Amino acid sequence: MNHLGFKIDKMKIGSFDFTCCEGCQLQLANKESTLPNFLGLLDIRNFREISSERHDDYDIALIEGSITRSDEIERLKAIRAQASVLVAFGSCACFGGVNSLKNRIPAEEVIKGVYGDKPIETMPSTKISDIVTVDFMIPGCPVSKDEVERVVIGIVTRSLNTLPKYPVCVDCKQRLNTCLFDLGEVCLGPVTKAGCDAVCPSGKTPCLGCRGPADDINFPSFLQLVKEKGLSEDEMLEKLTFYNGFADYLDHES
Amino acid sequence: MIYKVISKTEFRKFIDAIVKQNTAYGPRQVDTGRGGKPIYQFTAVKSADEIDFDYSVTHSSAKHFFLPFRDELSRFNFEDGNWEQEVHYEAPPIILIGLRPCDISAINMLDEVMLHGPYPSPYYLARRKNTFIIGMDHLPLPDCFCKSMNRHTVNHGFNLFCSDIGDKYYLSINSSKAFSFLKEFMIEEPSYEDNCLLIERRKMIKQSFETNIEVTGLPVFLDIEFDSPIWQKWGDKCLSCGSCAMVCPTCYCYSVEERFDVDLKGSSRQNHLYSCNLVDFAQVAGGHNFRPRNGDRLKYRYYHHYRGFAANDNQQICVGCNRCGRTCLADINPKDVINDLRLERESCMICVSPSPLKT
Repeated sequence: MNHLGFKIDKMKIGSFDFTCCEGCQLQLANKESTLPNFLGLLDIRNFREISSERHDDYDIALIEGSITRSDEIERLKAIRAQASVLVAFGSCACFGGVNSLKNRIPAEEVIKGVYGDKPIETMPSTKISDIVTVDFMIPGCPVSKDEVERVVIGIVTRSLNTLPKYPVCVDCKQRLNTCLFDLGEVCLGPVTKAGCDAVCPSGKTPCLGCRGPADDINFPSFLQLVKEKGLSEDEMLEKLTFYNGFADYLDHES
Repeated sequence: MIYKVISKTEFRKFIDAIVKQNTAYGPRQVDTGRGGKPIYQFTAVKSADEIDFDYSVTHSSAKHFFLPFRDELSRFNFEDGNWEQEVHYEAPPIILIGLRPCDISAINMLDEVMLHGPYPSPYYLARRKNTFIIGMDHLPLPDCFCKSMNRHTVNHGFNLFCSDIGDKYYLSINSSKAFSFLKEFMIEEPSYEDNCLLIERRKMIKQSFETNIEVTGLPVFLDIEFDSPIWQKWGDKCLSCGSCAMVCPTCYCYSVEERFDVDLKGSSRQNHLYSCNLVDFAQVAGGHNFRPRNGDRLKYRYYHHYRGFAANDNQQICVGCNRCGRTCLADINPKDVINDLRLERESCMICVSPSPLKT
């Protein structure tokens, strides 16, 4: 490919799923209007949602899902050794995700509840960066295809790649939404990283923080605001722990 | 300016006619807040019935009709190792109905910044010229402080302004376009009584303000208070969420981004309304952030609004609508911040010369 006189290479990409629903990878096969062009940027070496071919000579690895088994650790380390760029992609890979809900319950109970008496190996859900070095994160449940396109284009053209640093409120106000706090809801918009175009609050569903914390958030002020509005602190906690994105802040508070 | 009166029934007919033939936006209830309070926004309207003429205030201002939250400045097309730039300034004509005097003052202020500086914005100009503004007066809400900023009346910047004098609107017609539209409807010369009612209405509005902020000498005062601990105190509350700037009718700061098309055959340069309260507003290439603290960022927003920057002729740009105060989840509002600042200075005077203690 040629871009502004510079020769650019297709991205040799591998996409791998760990403990997850594979919904984020499916997102990559969505948005048909730009799908052919998007795939045109990629040389797919290993991506079971898109192709049945399997090759191990990828440069860029997309990792979806969290880590919940010891064999996943080995597999992840092998991928890291091959890839020059490793992208944690989706809330599970970035933070541990919904899977982390099980971390609150003793392992035996979890196994019994799901698998009955069948013995199964499982460990607490951990994010990818707890195991290997992550070069880039694309959070979201699921990821936004627009954002993935921007990141992929950024890598292919070697241009600046950034996610918004500010919270969801900016996007939400720009869509002229009614603030969900005004409707008596606890919304994580003020502390969650923007870039989703406030899709949940626009549908009157409070933000659950799937994109994790915005940069340098004012967490004490957020706790204070929920308290002062007389809203349920349990509900707030439930939301803050839902995707495990705010673990660092919650540990710090307790 | 031409003055006429129109009955409210006839006025609705007039609005209905222009709304049906044009792209129009007016105040409309979009939600009911906690405690049963209606929440209004300027939304697209297709008939007079969809407009809440007796609304209180819209949650967001009308700024985005002139400065869209995200706007394409230019497109680039790449071909054969070369590129071409495409720039479009076209703006489709629109009608804005029900703007308050403070909202119109805010647009007049944006005119100063966007049109009268060294680099006038053609994007803004196109939208401004193609927007027909119908203003309406209202009784202030308990937290409106536009009178303190002297923005509770407005005498230019609109096509038509309507003062509510009971069964009729007293019309200030400020453009030939508005006059020729209105000629098709039953409008009358104001009678002696209508004039009296208008004066009464204005007096009543003026006397209804419950919130007043002392802004005399505020620019100098702010210069003196640059290092005041008050800024960090309020900064500690600030969520840096940018909501204040988004709903503000005069916050115009923006960032510029460039995005490639997925086929890499073109790209788009866009501006994006930003806020000086956002964490990376003052971050520069290389990563240095000139204002990493919430308090510093909040301070600069207040400086821009109440002291003025050279770019806007050192004018205060706040119009006193208190939209920022209403939207702020951390309960930060101009009245409290400014009073706090003044109070601190006054208590400092007391230190110099203590008053006798009460016995």
